[in-house]
Amino acid sequence: MKYLLGLLAAFLLSISAGAAELAPDALVRNVTSEVLEIVRKDRDIQAGNSRKTLELVETKVLPHFNFQRMTQLAMGREGRQATPEQLRILTEEFRDLLVRTYSKALTEFRGQEIIYRPFKMAPGETDVRVRTEIRQTGSKPLAFDYYLERTAASWKVYDVEVGGVSLVTTYRSSFGQEIQRNGIDGLIRSLQARNRSSEIAAGAPK
Amino acid sequence: MIKKNAAVRLKNLLLAAALAALLGGCATSGNPKDPLEGFNRVMFAFNEGVDTVLIKPVALGYDAVMPTPVRTGVTNFFGNIADLFIGVNNLLQGKPDQAASDLGRVLINSTVGILGLFDVATAAGLEKHDEDFGQTFGRWGIGTGAYVVLPLFGPRTVRDTAGLVLDVAVDPVANVDHVPTRNSLGALRLIDNRADRLPADRVIEEAALDKYSYVRDAYLQRRNNLVHDGNPPRRTE
Repeated sequence: MKYLLGLLAAFLLSISAGAAELAPDALVRNVTSEVLEIVRKDRDIQAGNSRKTLELVETKVLPHFNFQRMTQLAMGREGRQATPEQLRILTEEFRDLLVRTYSKALTEFRGQEIIYRPFKMAPGETDVRVRTEIRQTGSKPLAFDYYLERTAASWKVYDVEVGGVSLVTTYRSSFGQEIQRNGIDGLIRSLQARNRSSEIAAGAPK
Repeated sequence: MIKKNAAVRLKNLLLAAALAALLGGCATSGNPKDPLEGFNRVMFAFNEGVDTVLIKPVALGYDAVMPTPVRTGVTNFFGNIADLFIGVNNLLQGKPDQAASDLGRVLINSTVGILGLFDVATAAGLEKHDEDFGQTFGRWGIGTGAYVVLPLFGPRTVRDTAGLVLDVAVDPVANVDHVPTRNSLGALRLIDNRADRLPADRVIEEAALDKYSYVRDAYLQRRNNLVHDGNPPRRTE
């Protein structure tokens, strides 16, 4: 039995090592350049077509994000009391919010040049930062950093920092505040309300 | 007619804000970074109001009317003026190489770049920096103090407010003697800055659950990042 478990573990490890072959910097570069290439060519997206942008983000970007980790990070200490079911719903709602935010940012993209900063990784590293920069005329380049962790299947992004501002931890005080006042369910309700009002706004004619 | 309307609305807003500040001055939610939250939220709402009725509409019009090269030229012109004291601050922060680069930028852009309208220095390899006195104080090890939302100037900390006083004192635009020129330049810079922030603004509107605390936390993270020139100590959690 023990022997079998060992074999199973070795098998799983070999799978994860095989699937994680794409290095984190290569992953970021591939996804970024592919998505931005589409945005550059697509006039609907540039004009702010949110349905089309959402589709693009959902198919190309979303699979590379670990939303459960992001949700836990955003909740911080307050989130430890969440039941698995609450965490599942929260992750879903927070994912919708982040995906919409990301899509919105994409529609604001105007073909600025992206620089990929040099990337070094020690062997066996499981938590890395991949740094990129957006060059913009007349101002300091804007840093766009991706934090990735190695999961069983592949590298997954668990935080994005724009100019040093975390897309995830910036929510921590609003989340904590909501949990303190109305509990985890209160946070779920306010996320749901936020998402619903955005959906209505997106559905309305421009 | 329209002007008068806006002025009346602004006056009402000011009155409402002053009243609310008096009433809500001591309410806090116990965030250690934000002991003045009650006051700050009122100021934040006031600034949002001024922005909505006055500054943002003008910036939107400016953004729609101005051709991109003109927009860029205006941004570059004010950026060039700012580069001088960005250099001074780099020097005060013990970064003479960066200070020299900033000074080089001013020299190149003021001449070859025709009074700063074109940012040729960036193309020549002299990257633009972002420094101010608040960052210099941070570099010297001075703590941020409480978060505070200033009327019209918006989010700051106590440290950055002190920095702002110096920034304004040495600001070349604020020191122009000819008042109409000074006011026109100041207004143009304000609107141009605001127009530059329109895209980020749209993203924040989409992202924020509670805009006040979202802007606060983003501001504090951003400033910490700037003080450490993009490499703040990694947060532990």
